[in-house]
Amino acid sequence: MREILGLYNYWVVIFLMMTGFYVVIARRNLIKKVIGLNIFQISVFLLYITMGKVTGGTAPILPARHFTTGEEFQTFSNPLPSVLILTAIVVGVATTAMALALIVRIHEAYGTIEEDEILAQDREQ
Amino acid sequence: MSLTDVATQIIVILLLALLVGTATTIVRMRDLWAAVMLTGIFSFLGACWMLILDAPDVAFTEAAVGAGIATVLMLATLALTSREAKPPPEFPILPILVVFMAGAALVFGTFDMPHFGDPSAPAHTHVMSEYMNDTVPDVRQSAAHRDKTHDEHDDSQHSVAHHGVGVPNIITSVLASYRGYDTLGETVVIFTAGIGVLLLLRGRRERRDVEEDEG
Repeated sequence: MREILGLYNYWVVIFLMMTGFYVVIARRNLIKKVIGLNIFQISVFLLYITMGKVTGGTAPILPARHFTTGEEFQTFSNPLPSVLILTAIVVGVATTAMALALIVRIHEAYGTIEEDEILAQDREQ
Repeated sequence: MSLTDVATQIIVILLLALLVGTATTIVRMRDLWAAVMLTGIFSFLGACWMLILDAPDVAFTEAAVGAGIATVLMLATLALTSREAKPPPEFPILPILVVFMAGAALVFGTFDMPHFGDPSAPAHTHVMSEYMNDTVPDVRQSAAHRDKTHDEHDDSQHSVAHHGVGVPNIITSVLASYRGYDTLGETVVIFTAGIGVLLLLRGRRERRDVEEDEG
């Protein structure tokens, strides 16, 4: 029981990650693959952010007072995962934009965005 | 456990259920338009959970960039390509096997992980305290300091340089000051991606015009 309460966040995140992974490897539509990659990416962000949470802590912005009692907070959640993930989100969108531009070009050249049809056209040549 | 804690737990459980439901629906979806919109919703739900996990900066960025810009980019791509995906093969046994094995390996790995919210986790005991302590006294002092030493300009500047950056939000101070080069690198990545997208899409209109002339 203690394990379940302490580790459930990782398991949910792993489930989401594997859903994204499944879409990437099992679906043949290129846009669907990018969507799967996006789901995977967000799950990784969530994994890092859950590791930064400290019980009883609050967001690391100083000085922090409780909104009803007015007490000053002494414990804070870890700011470092947030910093890493802020960078990762922006880089993730940059790679997504790049992938989508490539898909547009592939559609122009082959007239389709289904992986198997593209491969079949390649074999014919 | 107080009433607020119970309420937060209920909201978290609801959010996680919605995240799982959205992700599994996206897998089955063949209408790409709906799949893209659901991806935006997935991002936004993720951002909501991040807010509860004390990471407001990341939540804002995810909601704006992940749920906003990424969705717009994907919709633009749909407009230029096609909206419907072909039906997938009946029962893809190999991908399911691979996914289950990878998932099992990852779950096995979590048994050695520190528990959720554990204050003694290695991530919270190493350099985090340095960043926190460097900024904490500085922010609390600087208000009092500013009042006292209004004319001693050199001294106050020196103390800011020495004790931290004087930004109340520690995430901002780490991102923009302690790890400023990282952020510069990030900007270079965006710049490169922008150039790449421009180069890939540059000749679109010209090529289409040529095709129309020939046809």
